[in-house]
Amino acid sequence: MSTQTIDLPEDVRVSESSVLAVLATGERPPRPGPLSASLTHGWRAVLKIKHVPEQLFDVTMFPVMMLLLFTYLFGGALGGSVSEYVQTFVPGILVSTVVMITMYTGIGLNNDMAKGVSDRFRSLPSWRPAAVVGALLGDAMRYAIASTVILVLGIILGFRPDGGPIGVVAGVTVLLAFAFSLSWVWTFLGLKLESEKGILGVSMMILFPLTFASNIYVDPATMPGWLQGFVRVNPITLVVDAVRGLMGGSVQIADLGWVALAAGLFVAVFGPLTMRTYGRQG
Amino acid sequence: MRDGEIWRVPDLVWRLSGMSLTQTPTVAAEAATHLPPPAIEARGLVKRFGDKVAVDGLDLTVPAGGVYGVLGPNGAGKTTTLRMLATLSIPDGGEARLMGDDVVHDADAVRSRVSLTGQFASLDEDLTGFENIVLLGLLLGLKRRPARVRADELISAFGLTEAADKQVKHYSGGMRRRLDIAASLVVTPDILFLDEPTTGLDPRSRNQVWDIIRALVAGGTTVLLTTQYLDEADQLADRIAVIDRGKVIAEGTPGRLKASVGGGSLHVRVADPEQRFAAVRVLTEALGVEVTVEADPAAVSARLEDPERVAEGLIELSRAGIAVSEMSLGQPSLDEVFLALTDHPATEQSDTENEEAA
Repeated sequence: MSTQTIDLPEDVRVSESSVLAVLATGERPPRPGPLSASLTHGWRAVLKIKHVPEQLFDVTMFPVMMLLLFTYLFGGALGGSVSEYVQTFVPGILVSTVVMITMYTGIGLNNDMAKGVSDRFRSLPSWRPAAVVGALLGDAMRYAIASTVILVLGIILGFRPDGGPIGVVAGVTVLLAFAFSLSWVWTFLGLKLESEKGILGVSMMILFPLTFASNIYVDPATMPGWLQGFVRVNPITLVVDAVRGLMGGSVQIADLGWVALAAGLFVAVFGPLTMRTYGRQG
Repeated sequence: MRDGEIWRVPDLVWRLSGMSLTQTPTVAAEAATHLPPPAIEARGLVKRFGDKVAVDGLDLTVPAGGVYGVLGPNGAGKTTTLRMLATLSIPDGGEARLMGDDVVHDADAVRSRVSLTGQFASLDEDLTGFENIVLLGLLLGLKRRPARVRADELISAFGLTEAADKQVKHYSGGMRRRLDIAASLVVTPDILFLDEPTTGLDPRSRNQVWDIIRALVAGGTTVLLTTQYLDEADQLADRIAVIDRGKVIAEGTPGRLKASVGGGSLHVRVADPEQRFAAVRVLTEALGVEVTVEADPAAVSARLEDPERVAEGLIELSRAGIAVSEMSLGQPSLDEVFLALTDHPATEQSDTENEEAA
């Protein structure tokens, strides 16, 4: 076989013999397990953050803006005084912000589909859900960053949780677990809907009413009865109760149970739906 | 060439391509002596998108080793077929086996033997070239160090060392395509699918991709590639299947395919555009075929039945005092192949192919 080399515009050469030499021989490596494959996809998400740090804007600047705006604009009117309002509002806005940024999960998956990189992943003999689980693990890191930003700023503004550091960490953990579960709704939508705009539109339609018609901003006792009924069963309210409970050192086991139930339902319903759609893309 | 006949009656012979092979003595002999068991065997594959039928009962038998070309215009069902064979898309009907493994029921076994390089680079554009290959190495089960070593090897073999630490979004089309093929070789596949590997590349990058494909075949990999270019299929493929409207309408060696559509085409540019119609008259007589004028006001062209009569035609032009500024003899284009095989030109058939990407 003759060796041909060709000049490249970039002034490098590819030769037939060098390509032949690099063909792997011998045994295929064993397939990676589900955990290892998911962590590898998580590493990809971390690399993307490293290369495109702008994508952290929504988990750093957005929470700061929300917290400052609501605390000073409405704090006095809604909670009597800013310092009192901050005590219940910080855990609330924490939940609201993290829940709002879960919707970008669907957009990431949608982009992967559109660009063809998911074809590459889907053609590998590794555990298929790993691509989605890994992306969600990467997102969980983003949620953790957002949570840290809010808590640090909250403490500067006067938030003094009775649950102490352990309660705060427990609260954030419960919130991250809930956000991870909720994200499966968006991964499903991200695969079903064609455009980024469509996904944003639908997620906003769902998240806006859910976060506002909850106990985050105001005491539900001030609302009309029919709305109170909705607020009581709204999963966002359940999470806020649990997070406030944990951070305030007075958590009810029942609140945690409700959160676990809601989170479990999201995964049980939208996990299989997502994977079914992922496996069947044209 | 008598075998040329079979290309002209696609409906008669090729609808039952499996059977027709045994009915044509030369092809059957070839099958018996040269061909090991097939790498790919598809029977009656069907894929619908809504009420559009993208692949409509497609049969394909690809021998192991060498390059197999799938030729057809946009929307003919090439990409859809490839995606079904690579387990990315589930067929609505029919079945396909790759080295004996079913693409639906033994999908994981198939995935461990094939790689696909899609029409659009299947890479993460935000990551560097090096990171992309390491990522795939890890997903294929390599440990961290071996994955990095493997990435270094592939990147240097494909001439990408300088660009290794740049984000893929800054790569040129040719570099991207090379990285994409390198990404398919982290573990060398038994079968490599290449979907229009040179579409949109400049000639130099295209030649490079061709060389890479030849090297892979020399290394024992079976390559199935789709293309819209007859000359690409001709350069690379040992056998070609022509696809039209989701069906294989002709199959065989490139030589036979070309022989079936005549001798190609002649393009002549006269020095004085005023003489163009005189040239049409002279050439029509000398070549015995229809000669048409082109958009270029000085150019005419003809589809040739017998390329040997070209010399005669040129002599007649010079006798008639018509000066020729340019003359070229081209291979039959895909369009001409299609006309010969289907009686309709190879225009884009529908936008099915685009929908698939969505």
